[in-house]
Amino acid sequence: MALSRRTLLGLAASVPVTAALTACGGSSGPGRSGGATYWYLNGQPQEGVRAGAVDAFNKAHPDERIDDTTFQNDAYKTKIKTAIGAGQAPTVIWGWGGGTLRAYAEAGQVEDLTSWFDEHSDLKRGLFPSSFGAATVDGKIYAMPCETVQPIILYYNRKVFDQARVEPPESWDDIMALVPKFNAKGIAPFALGGQSRWTNMMWLEFLFDRIGGPEVFQAAIEGEKNAWSHPDAITALTKLQDLVKADGFVKGFSSITADSHADQALLYTGRAAMMLHGAWSYGIQQADGGDLVSSGSLGYMTFPPVEGGKGDQSDTVGNPAQYLSISSKAGAEEKKVAKDFFATGVLQEEEVRKWIGNGSVPIRLGTEKLLAASENADFLQFTYDIASKAKVFVQSWDQALSPTAAETLLDNIVKLFQLSIPPQQFARNLNAVTGA
Amino acid sequence: MSSLIGLPRRREPRSILPWLAAPALLVFVGFAVVPLVGVFALSFTTWDGIGAIRPSGLTSWRAVLTDPGLPHALWVTFLVMAVSWVVQTPLSILLGTFLAGRQRYRAVLGVVYFVPLMLSSAAIAIAYEALLDPNFGLGAGLGIQTLSQDWLGRPGLAFGVVVFVVSWQFIPFHSLIYQGGVQQIPKSLYEAAQLDGAGRIRQFFGITLPQLKHTVITSSTLMVVGSLTFFDLIFVLTEGGPGDATRVLALDMYKRGFQAGLMGPASAIAVILVLVGLALALLLRRLGGRDAGASQLEGA
Repeated sequence: MALSRRTLLGLAASVPVTAALTACGGSSGPGRSGGATYWYLNGQPQEGVRAGAVDAFNKAHPDERIDDTTFQNDAYKTKIKTAIGAGQAPTVIWGWGGGTLRAYAEAGQVEDLTSWFDEHSDLKRGLFPSSFGAATVDGKIYAMPCETVQPIILYYNRKVFDQARVEPPESWDDIMALVPKFNAKGIAPFALGGQSRWTNMMWLEFLFDRIGGPEVFQAAIEGEKNAWSHPDAITALTKLQDLVKADGFVKGFSSITADSHADQALLYTGRAAMMLHGAWSYGIQQADGGDLVSSGSLGYMTFPPVEGGKGDQSDTVGNPAQYLSISSKAGAEEKKVAKDFFATGVLQEEEVRKWIGNGSVPIRLGTEKLLAASENADFLQFTYDIASKAKVFVQSWDQALSPTAAETLLDNIVKLFQLSIPPQQFARNLNAVTGA
Repeated sequence: MSSLIGLPRRREPRSILPWLAAPALLVFVGFAVVPLVGVFALSFTTWDGIGAIRPSGLTSWRAVLTDPGLPHALWVTFLVMAVSWVVQTPLSILLGTFLAGRQRYRAVLGVVYFVPLMLSSAAIAIAYEALLDPNFGLGAGLGIQTLSQDWLGRPGLAFGVVVFVVSWQFIPFHSLIYQGGVQQIPKSLYEAAQLDGAGRIRQFFGITLPQLKHTVITSSTLMVVGSLTFFDLIFVLTEGGPGDATRVLALDMYKRGFQAGLMGPASAIAVILVLVGLALALLLRRLGGRDAGASQLEGA
C-alpha cells in the first residue's frame, strides 16, 4: 500500500514536468484564434509609425485583430528565419524581400499573392513599380511592398565642414584628400557602426557600382564563376582598404553597433564629419541630433563618382521598399485578417503622413504634394528623385543574396575592413559560395 | 514498518530512489537526450532551416571537417577555457578562503562580491559594451585616454575583454564553492599546524590547498565544461568578432545554423561540442583520482 502511494506521488510529481515539456512546443506561436500576429522592427521613429498603423487598423475593425511584437534589427533577421522554419511564424512576416523571400517562397512558407494582387490591381497600381522587383520570385508575387524607399545616402555635418574650412567631396579622390584634413583636426572622417557588418557592406555596394557598374554584382547574384575576381571588383576592394589604411573610419568602428545608434551620434555630435547610411538615418538625426537638422546643418548627397569608373552617377543602392508576406501556415481566418490589413491598413493616409513627417518617402504614388508641403521637403525631394530617377536600384547585397551566401559575404566584409584578408582572398572566399 | 528498524531502512531507499530520480531523468531525456539524437540525425542531412530536410550522408561532416573555421573555433574555445581557468581559479580560491573567515565584514563583502552572479549574461554584456565604447564609453566619459581603446575592435583586446568579463561574472560563483570547501576543513588541522609553528601562508599551502583538492576538481569541471557553452555573453558583446577572433565553437554553430541557414554543418558542430564536453568531463574525473568520495583526512 505504501509503495503504491509513493508510486502515485512519484507520478504526480512528474506530471507537471511532462506538461511543461509538452507545453514548450507551441504555446507562444500563432494559431490563436481571433487575430493575426505581426512582427516588425523596433527603434524610433519607425516603430511608432508601424505601431500606429496596427492600432488604427484594430480600431477601424472591431471584429478583426492584429497583435504586434517588435524586435531589434539584427536579432530579428535570425529570429524570423528560425520561427518560419519551426512553423511558428507570425501571420504577417515583415522583411526586405530578395534572396531571403526567395528561400521562404521555395520552401512554400509564404502565400502566393499574385492572384490577390490581380483582384486588387488598384492597390498594386498605387505603389512604386520598382518596389515589386524584390517581392517577385520566378514571376510570382510573394510579398506586398510597404513603408518607404530607402536609398543609401552620404550624409555630412556642415558645422564640421565649416570648422575645418573644407568643401563636401565631389569624387573619390576628394574623399581621400579630406581624410587627412579631418584626422589632423581630431575629427573622424567617417562614422561607421562596423560591428553590424551590413553597415560596411554599403561602402562596397557603392564602390562596386561606381567603379564597375551594376553588372559586376549582378554577375555574382546570377552565380557566374569567379564574379568577385573581376578586375573592377578587385579595384573597389583595394580602394576600400586604402580608405581604412588612411584612417578614414572612426577609431574603434569595429566595436560600434548600428542598433545602438552610436554611429549616428558620432555624426550629430560632430565627432565625425561624414557617414554613409540609409535614408532612414535622416529621421534619426532629426529625432536625436538636437538642432542639426532644423538648423540646416545636416548635409546629404549621392555617393560621388570614382575617377575612371563605369558606373552611372544616378545608380543607387539600398532598400527599394520593405515587404509584408503572409505565412502559408497561418489559419484561414488569420490570412483573411492579414489580407484585409494589406488592403485597408497598409500605407493609409495617416501612415503616409507620419513617414513623410520623419523624413522618409513612402512608396505610395501621388504623394508629391504632401512631400512638397513637408518641413523636410528638400530632403524628401532629394530621396524621391534618387528613387524615381535611378537607372539601377541595387538591392542591399545581404538581402539580394541567399541567406547562406549573405552570411559568408558579411563575414568576409568584416575581415576586409579589419585588413586581415587582402582583396584577392575576399574574392576567392565569395566565389566559393556564389559561383558554386 | 516501524517494528523492523534496520531492514526497512536498507530496503526503503532502494524502492524510492528510482522514483526520486524520475523527474530529473524525464527533464534530462526531454531536454538533452532527445535533442541530441535529433542533432545527430540532422548532421547527416542538408537543411536551410526553412524548407524540407533532405538526407545527404556525410556532406555536412565533410564540409565542417575541411573548413578552416573549425580548427580556429576549437582553438578559440580552448584558449577561452584555458585562460579563463587560469585567471579564475587562483582568484576564486583566494577570495573563497578569505570569505570563509567568520568576521562580519567578510560576510558583508561576500554579499557584494556575489552581485555579478545575479545579473543576466546579456545585461552584463550590454553594460560592458556601453562602458567600453571607444567614443562614448568610460574612457571618453572620464577623460582617461588609456581607457578609450578599441576594446572590442582589435582581436587580441577583444579576446582579453571576453575573458575578463567572463571571469568577472563567474568568480563569485566559484568563490562560493571554495568558501564552502574551506569551511568544511576540520579546525583541528589548523590547530595542530599552529602548535607545530606553521604560519598562515604555510597553513594555506600545507592544509587549505590540499584539502580543497576535490573542490578544485568540481569547480574546474564546471568552469571547463561551462566554457564550452559560453554563448550569450560573447554573442551580445562581440558577436564572435572582430572577424572571427572570439568565435567560439558554440557561436560558430549558431552562426552557421541560424544565420547562414546551414543546419547540417551546424548539427555536426553540435555533435563535436558534445563529444569534447564529454571527453573533458571524463578527463577531469580521472584527474580527481579513482575514488572521488575518498577521504582527504587520511593520516590527519
